[in-house]
Amino acid sequence: MKLSCEVNVHHLTRVEGHGNIKISIKNGVVKKAQWEVVETPRFFEAMLVGKHWENAPYISGRICGICSIGHTLASIRAVENAFGITPSPQTAALRLLLKHMETLQSHILHLYFLAAPDFLGTGSVLPLAKTHPEVVQRALRLKLLANDACDIIGGRRLHPTRTVVGGFTMLPEKGQLEKIRQRLMASVPDLLASAELFKTFTIPDFSRETEFVSLKGDTRYPFIGGGLVSTDGVLKKEHEYRAMTNEYCAEGFTSKLSKLSRASFAVGALARLNNNFPQLHPAAREISESLGLIPTNHNPYMANVAQLVECVHVVLDSLRLIDTLLGSPWQEPRQPVHAKKGEGVGAVEVPRGILYHYYKFDKNGKVSKADCVIPTSQNHANILHDIEALAGQYAKTGKKDREIELLAEMLVRAYDPCISCSVH
Amino acid sequence: MSGQLSYLGVPLTRPKVGFFELSSCEGCQLQLLNNEATLLDFLNLVEIVNFREGMSERSDTYDIAFVEGSVTRQDEITRLTEIRKNAKILVALGSCACFGGVNQLKNRFRDLEWVKKEVYGDFPIDTMEVHPLADFVQVDLSIFGCPIKKEEVERIVTDLVLGKAVHHPEYPVCVECKANQNICLFELGEPCLGPVTRAGCDAWCTSNRRGCWGCRGPAEAANLKQLEEIMHTYGFNKEAVIDRLECFGGFASYAHTTLPQNKKTPIKRKKS
Repeated sequence: MKLSCEVNVHHLTRVEGHGNIKISIKNGVVKKAQWEVVETPRFFEAMLVGKHWENAPYISGRICGICSIGHTLASIRAVENAFGITPSPQTAALRLLLKHMETLQSHILHLYFLAAPDFLGTGSVLPLAKTHPEVVQRALRLKLLANDACDIIGGRRLHPTRTVVGGFTMLPEKGQLEKIRQRLMASVPDLLASAELFKTFTIPDFSRETEFVSLKGDTRYPFIGGGLVSTDGVLKKEHEYRAMTNEYCAEGFTSKLSKLSRASFAVGALARLNNNFPQLHPAAREISESLGLIPTNHNPYMANVAQLVECVHVVLDSLRLIDTLLGSPWQEPRQPVHAKKGEGVGAVEVPRGILYHYYKFDKNGKVSKADCVIPTSQNHANILHDIEALAGQYAKTGKKDREIELLAEMLVRAYDPCISCSVH
Repeated sequence: MSGQLSYLGVPLTRPKVGFFELSSCEGCQLQLLNNEATLLDFLNLVEIVNFREGMSERSDTYDIAFVEGSVTRQDEITRLTEIRKNAKILVALGSCACFGGVNQLKNRFRDLEWVKKEVYGDFPIDTMEVHPLADFVQVDLSIFGCPIKKEEVERIVTDLVLGKAVHHPEYPVCVECKANQNICLFELGEPCLGPVTRAGCDAWCTSNRRGCWGCRGPAEAANLKQLEEIMHTYGFNKEAVIDRLECFGGFASYAHTTLPQNKKTPIKRKKS
């Protein structure tokens, strides 16, 4: 039996950003198991210093090309908290709807374009357009729906234009929302078909006990603001985010890392679901159970399934939100903003996990300090420890190099890492 | 993708295309995947041989290289030079590649050590002043925007495949905004760089009642003096003008001549 293995993945593909995997096993003993982040830092927290408050959401939204809406909303929330602004119910509903559509877009992108090729044995989604055209068409339909909704509500699917401190620059037409509602209704069979597809995939059998951190939902599954919770029993308020993230730097990472009760913790769809299962829409909960995902689940590969469950949840919850919005006349799209000296935190659950933006403003409303703690940076240490455990689990099984490499690649991809975002 | 490509009955070669990213959010590449309605048609036009974010296969043989992001570390110069060597046509994709983008905002600070310390404390981290691609290699074509407009990319790629010349609009965003029959944002109390920024985005932001921040850089004959006057008339001071102009780096040369005080920000360097 072959008991040695060398894995050296330089710039892992089908993830956002640049990361490397290195595993070395000699005679059944793990000599090396590494996750490295080599992305160039862009220094957003320094860039913002001295800039007028209006720049904060506009510029920091550009940290990420996938979840720019989430960054923009976290940034806006931090600014509004600093200035003492409470969004109107209409603004809050529109923001959550926009957030839901970004979650759907991002999860579908990950599930079908980045993760599914591994389960179907291809290098990308391109060959699937030939071999599984109905699968690709379904993915494109769901993504198009989510992106169209983002255009209608946020003005643009990437780097949104209408989202501002105080509300929105303009509102969608009610007819447009009605059309989105119809398309959401029509997307349910596509979601069920997605669940059926994932039922046919073999999720690797791997588990490592992990602390999961997310927002804590009271009555609803949480996305924008609120208390912070961990499966190890830590509870913190939104403004205490630093005590929840404990950022530090380490060799091999241009991103910062985080820890809480243990050496590492995980954020993301699986963490949200593990911490807030009862608040999921009943239909989403049912699909979760049918796919074998019941909290607390410690298999990181199940994050794919958690994303799928969240797709169902956000679509059904969006119907509720649209009904509420269509049920009353439009109010003013935005409220006036009065800048003042102060500081504020915004915590938002973006597709890859909990995201925090913090700003301190001087009396002229200029940024004097900025801090952004990114979901993937919180996950890096956990990815590293998972790779170590994975290598340990397979060290004596005689698997081929390529098999272990694929398992490690799939493991990292399951976290749906947004590496350039994590370094920012 | 297979099948012979033809235009007006004339067979065409499907170019091999690679996508690459330096320091960026990778959003411009994702914009291509975000074009669901025409994605499969678009993919039929070209043969994608390198797209790390979307596929595992890689190749060093390509005709067109789309490079997103700006140069912010020494190893990126090496990588960019390598890509330039392999490609027949090198395209700067998006404002980070064209002008430095939002990344170049860190160049406002005289002291790079302060920038590093502000974010990483005493942890050693490698970085340099931010540069657009053209500072190091020949760029054959620029696609402006933060983000790029996917329709524009598809038009440009189609032109490239057909061997047609690629043109950018010379007029400013203001013209497209008027054509879209929007209320002028200055009338609504919003500062806007629409009068000086290159068109081609179909007034993307201003049609959503968001002032233009100049992500596409200057129009062919951008009248910055006039912009300052308009801004002044509507109650925005010079600082507000600079705040916008410096955002994406496209107006760097104007900022240098018209607004010399903008070369470096007034932020004092912190003593550690």
